[in-house]
Amino acid sequence: MTKTIDARGLSCPQPVMLAAEAVTKGELPIEVLVDTVTARENIFRMAKSKGLQVSVDDLKGKFKLTLAKSA
Amino acid sequence: MLNYLTRFFASRWGIILTGVVIGVIAPLLVKFGNPPNMGICVACFERDIAGALGLHRAAAVQYIRPEIIGLVLGATLAALLFREFKARAGSAPIVRFALGAFAMIGALAFLGCPWRANLRLAGGDLNALIGLIGLAAGIAIGVFFLKRGFTLGRAQKTYPVVGWIMPLLMIGLLLLLPFRPVFGEGGPIFFSETGPGSLAAPVAISLGAGLLIGFLAQRSRFCTMGAVRDVILLRDTHLLSGLGALLVTAFVMNLVLGQFKLGFAGQPIAHSSTLWNFLGMALSGLAFALAGGCPGRQLFLSGEGDGDAAVFVLGMITGAAFAHNFSLVAKPDVIKDGVLTVGGLNPYGMIAVTLGIVVMLVFGFTMCEKSA
Repeated sequence: MTKTIDARGLSCPQPVMLAAEAVTKGELPIEVLVDTVTARENIFRMAKSKGLQVSVDDLKGKFKLTLAKSA
Repeated sequence: MLNYLTRFFASRWGIILTGVVIGVIAPLLVKFGNPPNMGICVACFERDIAGALGLHRAAAVQYIRPEIIGLVLGATLAALLFREFKARAGSAPIVRFALGAFAMIGALAFLGCPWRANLRLAGGDLNALIGLIGLAAGIAIGVFFLKRGFTLGRAQKTYPVVGWIMPLLMIGLLLLLPFRPVFGEGGPIFFSETGPGSLAAPVAISLGAGLLIGFLAQRSRFCTMGAVRDVILLRDTHLLSGLGALLVTAFVMNLVLGQFKLGFAGQPIAHSSTLWNFLGMALSGLAFALAGGCPGRQLFLSGEGDGDAAVFVLGMITGAAFAHNFSLVAKPDVIKDGVLTVGGLNPYGMIAVTLGIVVMLVFGFTMCEKSA
């Protein structure tokens, strides 16, 4: 089952920390919910730097990022 | 087009561009009349605003700095244009107020925020190097707490009016500038006639500079604290490249403009009391790390609807008022008749900085969701 991290409303850098922690633990794929563009960009950049595949869904006022191992 | 710009500003070149623009503008503001090595200092300029409003009565540092107004409103414009303006609040506001107040007390012990620390270094003031080492130490302690699970809790989406309070407050301050009303006999609004508060670039230039920087920084998420934090915490140099660009550009600009003077003693509006330069900035760095952003970033966030960042800003302004009213502010070095008198803190200031560090540690240890 895909793990979901709800990082909505958290201050910088907690959303990216939570996502990075899950990646380090090898819990891929994960979904991360955030509600600021800053958090979206930070997690996107972190995932790319780790060579992961990222997709972003814009869900009206929040974003869902899905991080997975590259195929 | 907007999507393209968003991607550009999120890129490394976007953050570098922001750093370069600040690095060009700040020394130019000094050339146009701002205090030496103080092209833009968020802490100093908020302190000047506190003085102009009569919250403190230090006659030398009272002015409604248009740069601060511009930084907030520039961020508001960017957030509206790119549909990122979002009212949110409710993440431990009283703690953020205290973080802001003590961040300011630390900054005024050093005589500058992280922005000015870099601009001072770019002007040859080596005390700033001590300050920046202190800042990094404070941020490192903040990272320690973040790793233990420190959190101020979640903010909630709220009514739009909540997000508009700070931008409207800034518009109100802006209106006070041309009219210069006096409220009651001998009352505010105060404008310094001598001292740093009297040194200012023309209003239109200051405001324009603030608006431009506010706009760019909102897009690129420029943050002087995050620059150091992300390297320690995530080994990520993204924000650091923006700060580096600022430092290098401002250094070159100061050389070109003849504003570079290397040394420790007798630097403009600075003191060479090493320990308190270090500890003052360490206190600030820790407070900024716990609050999630440097004083500039808090202004930009407050401009895009973040009510918690707005509370932090108001905490800083209140902290400045207390710092001056209670004589907690460092005195600059003075060179008179060739004799150097080293400035720094009096015992009240030393106690305040120490107390601030203790308060930060208490927050750090007691506001963790998990233990390490």
